[in-house]
Amino acid sequence: MNPLYAARRRRDVLVRALCVAAAALGLLWLGLILWSLFANGLAGLGLDVFTKTTPPPGATDGGLANAIVGSLAMTILGVSIGAPLGMLAGAYLAEYGRYEKLSDVVRFINDILLSAPSIIVGLFIYIAVVQTTGGFSGYAGALALAVIVIPVVVRTTEDMLLLVPNQLREAASALGLPRSLVIRRIAFRAARAGVITGVLLATARVAGETAPLLFTALSNQFWSLDMGAAMANLPVTINNFVQSPYETWRQLAWTGALLITLAVLALNIVARVLGAERKLK
Amino acid sequence: MTDVLMQAPAMERPQASAAAPLAASAKIDVRNLDFFYGDARALKSIDLALEANRVTAFIGPSGCGKSTLLRVLNRMYDLYPGQRATGEVLLDGENILAPGVDVNLLRARVGMVFQKPTPFPMTIYENIAFGVRLYEKLPKAQMDARVEEALKGAALWGEVKDKLGASGLSLSGGQQQRLCIARTIAIRPEVILFDEPCSALDPISTAKIEELIDGLKARYTIAIVTHNMQQAARVSDKTAFMYLGELVEFDSTTKMFTSPAQQRTQDYITGRFG
Amino acid sequence: MTEIARTALTRASPAQETASRARALAAFKLGDSTFYWMTRLAALAVLGVLGGIILTLVIGAWPALQAFGADFLWTQRWAPQLQPDPVLGALGPIYGTLLTSFIAMTIAAPVGVGVAIFLTELCPESLRRPVGMAIELLAGIPSIIYGMWGFFVLAPFLTDHFQPAMIRLFDGVPVLGALFAGPPSYLSLFNASLVLAIMVLPFITAIARDVFATVPPMLKESAYGMGCTTWEVVRNVVIPYTRVGLIGGLMLGLGRALGETMAVTFIIGNSFKITGSLFAPGTTISAAIASEFAESDGVHQSALILLGLLLFVLTFFVLAAARLMLRRIERRQGG
Repeated sequence: MNPLYAARRRRDVLVRALCVAAAALGLLWLGLILWSLFANGLAGLGLDVFTKTTPPPGATDGGLANAIVGSLAMTILGVSIGAPLGMLAGAYLAEYGRYEKLSDVVRFINDILLSAPSIIVGLFIYIAVVQTTGGFSGYAGALALAVIVIPVVVRTTEDMLLLVPNQLREAASALGLPRSLVIRRIAFRAARAGVITGVLLATARVAGETAPLLFTALSNQFWSLDMGAAMANLPVTINNFVQSPYETWRQLAWTGALLITLAVLALNIVARVLGAERKLK
Repeated sequence: MTDVLMQAPAMERPQASAAAPLAASAKIDVRNLDFFYGDARALKSIDLALEANRVTAFIGPSGCGKSTLLRVLNRMYDLYPGQRATGEVLLDGENILAPGVDVNLLRARVGMVFQKPTPFPMTIYENIAFGVRLYEKLPKAQMDARVEEALKGAALWGEVKDKLGASGLSLSGGQQQRLCIARTIAIRPEVILFDEPCSALDPISTAKIEELIDGLKARYTIAIVTHNMQQAARVSDKTAFMYLGELVEFDSTTKMFTSPAQQRTQDYITGRFG
Repeated sequence: MTEIARTALTRASPAQETASRARALAAFKLGDSTFYWMTRLAALAVLGVLGGIILTLVIGAWPALQAFGADFLWTQRWAPQLQPDPVLGALGPIYGTLLTSFIAMTIAAPVGVGVAIFLTELCPESLRRPVGMAIELLAGIPSIIYGMWGFFVLAPFLTDHFQPAMIRLFDGVPVLGALFAGPPSYLSLFNASLVLAIMVLPFITAIARDVFATVPPMLKESAYGMGCTTWEVVRNVVIPYTRVGLIGGLMLGLGRALGETMAVTFIIGNSFKITGSLFAPGTTISAAIASEFAESDGVHQSALILLGLLLFVLTFFVLAAARLMLRRIERRQGG
């Protein structure tokens, strides 16, 4: 074999091996995380988790019922505030304002907010809401989550509307449809699967967010459906239990983490299946 | 190319304005129309009249402005920034380019069928009922009748009457295009614009659409843009040849295809350029 | 034709028809402009969120800014309980934030890009989708899960096995000896960096893969057609073609590492002292805020908000640069 080629071959084989090793290493680490999550989380998974509230220090039994309900309430409220706003803004960027300078600016800022540190959002809502209303509350937590939902939904809505061919808009306009109906009834309808995917992904994103809730919703050891007061939620409960000396608490932290992960994975998978369907069409 | 440019100023005004002045039956009268994409002038002083219950065909090489002209007639260009038209386009004597004209109302009177079939992402029935519902509140039975009437008008009824609940996207390309025609005639326009309606279709579907257009002219004023000269010869009563944003010649289709007045029309029709 | 003739009889006159249509359309007028303004206001609300964040942080940080001024940036001492006036400086958290992100990126960037190369160039077609999907799903797992795993599993392992070995290995070596000075600790900058690296890895991989996918297949094929090896194609075609986007993607990962809270808070130790050793406890801006904010008040709280403002400004510029670079490659793909 030509010596020059042999050297090239060797280098190629080396780099390939490194890439395969990197992939194996990456997947191994991530596999380890999932494995310990399941091994430790499943051990504590029982009916109690869903029926009992978080235990006081030192107690030997308890569950996460209040935290689960609190998380659900805040996530649902946060998404129902953030998603419509995000869809409207996305509609502006893709439809009315597609060629405007303003849209360029909004798009750019939105992309930055998309990956801005979520603890900053917590600080923002703490100062804007918690301080002015005089206390931690489930509403403040939901608002913090909404602020995180908005950029995700803006981005996906705009992207999905841009995929709708202009001809469809023209065809609708040619029937004399007012612009708002062209957008709402035709463009959104054609982009429906993609927009729903975006909302699901945003929900998955906030379902496990901890930092923005630490000092907005805070936490609450007791059963409470009052969103006007401090409210229990899974992520902050996990945060408080992880570093505790109590075995019961640590176990509940693992179980809570497993629940969050399963919820997030399920949302992601549903979103992707929906997204794939759209592509096949 | 240079020859063409040099001839341009000496060119006669198209014959429509001179030889065939506004017939009493002119449905649309275009007067001194210019059109701009930003700074680029895409239509140059166009004058012509579309007669009622006639099919007028627009031919010419790509980029000659024939589609642009069509999109002025229902102000479709309004959707995009930086596009504007100057001059006059009279629909039944009323200037549709004037400020304050309700474009949606205009588009209900001047329907349009596009290059590619554009069924809406809904059922066949809804595709038609959707536009009707915008202007009229009809009881179920009347709406059913209207849908049937439109589908019959588009020669599609026989093929879809048993699956009105199926998605409009499930139809074949030719059927989709006829669905789009049905959708357009359901809201009872006065003019229908066809923008290369057969360019995405096979020859059999094309023949059906052409037959349909021939039938539709009994009730509507029709304009059709086509890149296919045989099609223009088959379906139209009058033909306009456009080149580089100008109307070169406009006359009865028979005359245009047998003895055109302009050398360039002759060259284009015989396939020497374009 | 008979159908048409029949239906023609049911037509109203055009004038009548236009009048009734005009009435119908008038009913939509209000809804039409309402919808327009709703979307426009929503778009402006995105700018409002940014403005709100900056405004509230500046207001909240104002007392600390007045008390410490620019000294805040290079004071290491963090003594919120000091009487009569607390002394608070940001140097420790800034150091910790930059250091952990730097280490995390040095580990995650080559590995993440390697995995992306594996996925786009080497992986058998049948594995490409499942592995790619797994990576994307892992990028979606909340960061608190990574933090928890680091606290319960990775930190004990590193502290019992890896750290003692490194301390022994570099004992007495100049510079490195100080960097890897003992004693081993569960709570350390090093452990935090590693968890951070694992957390941003799927994120970097996913972006790098998307960026690599923008290379036109023809370009790669023509290089392969000349007899180039996989590595040569990657080095001479894929990476040069995507360089700007790749750097943008890595900076996006960096922005994420800089601002990450929950992956590091449990195991960094929340110590504001800078020792120079990687195995010593430290803190980051976000970890400091997460650990202390709920129990803080007065100028202490204001100083934490000022830390937040610093973090926001830092990540804003990193993310802005990243987006500008990614936008360039998106535009090239579009045009």
